Amino acid sequence: MTADGEAYGPVKRKEDGRFIRGQGTFTDDIQLPGMLHGAVLRSPLAHARIVSVDTLAAEAHPRVRAVITGQTLHERKVAWMPTLSQDVQAVLATDKVRFQGQEIAFVIAEDRYSARDALELIAVEYEPLPPVVDATRALDAGAPVIRDDLTGKQDNHIFDWEAGDAAATDAVFASADVVVAQDMLYPRSHPAPLETCGMVAEFNQVAGQLTVWTTSQAPHAHRTLYALILGLPEHKIRVVSPDIGGGFGNKVPIYPGYLCTIIGSMITGKPVKWVEDRSENLMSTTFARDYHMHGEMAATRDGRILALRARVLADHGAFNGSAQPSKFPAGFFHIFTGSYDLRAAHCQVTGVYTNKAPGGVAYSCSFRITEAVYLVERMTDILAAELGMDPAELRMKNLLRPEQFPYTCPTGWQYDSGDYPRALQVAMDIAGYPELRREQAEKRERGEYMGIGISFFTEGVGAGPRKHMDILGLGMADGASLRVHPTGKAVLSVSCQTQGQGHETTFAQIVAQELGLTPDDVEVVHGDTDRTPFGLGTYGSRSTPVSGAAAAVVARKVRERAKIVASAMLEVSPGDLEWSGGRWQVRGDPEKARSIAEIALAAHGALELPDGVEGHLNAETVYNPPSLTHPFGAYICVTDVDPGTGQVRIRRFIAVDDCGVRINPMIVEGQVHGGLADGVGMALMQVIAFDSGGNCLGGSFMDYLLPTAVECPSWELGATVTPSPHHPIGAKGVGESATVGSPPAIVNSVLDALRPFGVRHADMPLTPANVWSAIQGRPHRSDLLTS
Amino acid sequence: MQITVTVNGAEHVREVEARLLLIHFLRDDLGLTGSHWGCDTSNCGACVVWLDETPVKSCTVLAAMADGHRVRTVEGLATNAASEEGSGEARGGGWGAGGGELDPVQQGFTECHGLQCGFCTPGMMMTARWLLDRNPDPSPEEIREALSGILCRCTGYENIVRSVLWASKHEAAGRASE
Repeated sequence: MTADGEAYGPVKRKEDGRFIRGQGTFTDDIQLPGMLHGAVLRSPLAHARIVSVDTLAAEAHPRVRAVITGQTLHERKVAWMPTLSQDVQAVLATDKVRFQGQEIAFVIAEDRYSARDALELIAVEYEPLPPVVDATRALDAGAPVIRDDLTGKQDNHIFDWEAGDAAATDAVFASADVVVAQDMLYPRSHPAPLETCGMVAEFNQVAGQLTVWTTSQAPHAHRTLYALILGLPEHKIRVVSPDIGGGFGNKVPIYPGYLCTIIGSMITGKPVKWVEDRSENLMSTTFARDYHMHGEMAATRDGRILALRARVLADHGAFNGSAQPSKFPAGFFHIFTGSYDLRAAHCQVTGVYTNKAPGGVAYSCSFRITEAVYLVERMTDILAAELGMDPAELRMKNLLRPEQFPYTCPTGWQYDSGDYPRALQVAMDIAGYPELRREQAEKRERGEYMGIGISFFTEGVGAGPRKHMDILGLGMADGASLRVHPTGKAVLSVSCQTQGQGHETTFAQIVAQELGLTPDDVEVVHGDTDRTPFGLGTYGSRSTPVSGAAAAVVARKVRERAKIVASAMLEVSPGDLEWSGGRWQVRGDPEKARSIAEIALAAHGALELPDGVEGHLNAETVYNPPSLTHPFGAYICVTDVDPGTGQVRIRRFIAVDDCGVRINPMIVEGQVHGGLADGVGMALMQVIAFDSGGNCLGGSFMDYLLPTAVECPSWELGATVTPSPHHPIGAKGVGESATVGSPPAIVNSVLDALRPFGVRHADMPLTPANVWSAIQGRPHRSDLLTS
Repeated sequence: MQITVTVNGAEHVREVEARLLLIHFLRDDLGLTGSHWGCDTSNCGACVVWLDETPVKSCTVLAAMADGHRVRTVEGLATNAASEEGSGEARGGGWGAGGGELDPVQQGFTECHGLQCGFCTPGMMMTARWLLDRNPDPSPEEIREALSGILCRCTGYENIVRSVLWASKHEAAGRASE
């Protein structure tokens, strides 16, 4: 038993034991008796009409059991499925292919290799069509219409969306001393978890029961989707997410391969496994970013930022599969005023179709806050250069002050809590900021190019509340249930889904803290719809803000029930008891006290309980978050740039994060480390680009470059703690903070290094070639191969 | 074709297709699913195992090439991990403490939070074990270089470097006390 406060801290992870022994259970590790293997035939073309699909030779392969085509699915009325953004997506193409890598047929064979062999026996006749590759040309008159499947669709327009007050913003701009403007691209990226997506589906034809083991960040949402799409009763579907080898948003949606696997099991009556390969993962599953942004910032001559304006062209690919709360087609992009006290702001976002893979939000982006923070932090640096001010000084002058919280930003978000100047000061102290600037000045004298980049970010994580936030009509509130067994050992069941975040440890700590148990006394169950309460899963850094809150609330419910039982045990009234040292004790008399374990035994025993109190010691809750939590942070990146090669080396990276109360600081720091490496990838290496024919140029790890241990520096972390006032334990989310905050710090650093060359902006990724081109004054689009 | 491969000390004789990859042989034929398949192009390193004394990316090695050789996987990293006698109770460790005596590299990864999702961990640990066998006192830079063929998407590498340093120091302390 622990006293209050002792369950939090850097507890070693419960998860590690199985993984360090090679005994995790990932989807591809599952083998069932008689299991068959599926493989997907994909389009080599970005845009083409399908004339015919001939599967006869594949069906004749001796080890092939079935071949599914769009026609098969059309007959079952499942050729199309809903996306997470009120659009539809082809499961297997029937009319046209609309991106390279689109699913056309599904082969089920007795082994993996034969399934692949049979793909080559399928003959598809195409009638090629001109592709729309450049999003900036998607709305041109005469552009090929990609979505002619939609009735009456005559163009590639998806949505127009705006936030803020356009007139008030225009008025501030009209009278401002200084206005700076910049076009910038946040290029298409891919989360690329090391484990690709996959599924094992087993349909019991007698019981009508479907069980799937699958790489899902949201098992309950997936179950509901399968019920709606396939017409199966939801209680006859069980979705199990076993160990997940990283998700980062990639495993939020459902994919055509999943439905083919399920239908394959229904058709063959056997379990079917399908696991995509790396190229399939990179070329067909949900991408991220792809925002073409124009930013404008207005300020006074002495450096008071007044207003911000943004116009965005959003490339959503061939189907609008963006995964965010349905009222927000541009996600939470309108938090783009960031961490500054502005008078007015307005943003306008237009979404378009292109002949590229569908998706749009995935990749640790907190529903587009990544793009928003990048915009405002780049604009702030551009303004600082224009004003001749130090970027740290400009930020310090404009950051929200602690007394302004709770703060409502010009586009309506209410930030819960923060002490921004302190976080920036802590980061500058760790960095030794003035000394770095002196070193930089000396190096510039010698012709060496060192950069110092800052970013300050405000996140908004932990969606809902349900009345504002839903996906496909499912409100974003999450359940938790807690059972305390007679010996005082507890089982917490939650709807969120760990992909490496350590929920089995952290949530056990939360319950232990509330009940005076140790984390080892609490088992956390997740990832199985038959064993957990409903909820929308893990993405947008929502596990601790939502399910962590649910864990605390349900534990407090148990504690209140325990109080009544304890009062019967101690023969006092509940009002005479106080919670102290992890036990219910008679007020002022520590000798008369009962632990949760003692109370649990009594609650399951023969003790006569007060009227109206049921036996046992269990509780359930559904946590509907009152608002988002708003973690924040200050990042400083020091780079050295070789002007001869364009090579960027990150010498130091300082990250000060404030995510409220830290339940397990070790795990929090691990989350930050991982996000920082993502930032290195996005800023310097990763891009999913296309050639003019719509061919994906980032379809393998030979071309889509991820950071290794060599590109990453040794991270220098700092922390401040500003509790969330509305979260039961004062915690905020943190999983995506560093992914959101780090790219602008790195880009600002590189551009700071390049200032002597007169380079004002260059788009990510800042590869050696792109940096070199920028130095030569010949910047080019990083998302297109132009010859 | 028939191959004979000694995996973690146990000899396996199997009939395989000539084109079968070593990673699929280990995972699908032998049920040793600790090594993972992540990229097909030798870039991610989730599939790293030892072929005799050398780490290899088993997604680009044919099972046939392992014929007559020894393979060591993550399942063979802990001492007595694969043996019948290795249960926790037999060693006085209590129920649930089985799985053999951990290698210091395995201990380092859990001490220093060197893993999150656990997918890259086997490749990281097998490579780290190889490094420490040749360089018992590596610098952080040498560790980063040695692990640069293995991708991790979760940890940002910092705690992996710390984990290997932990193992290095732990082993040095062990040698000093002998």
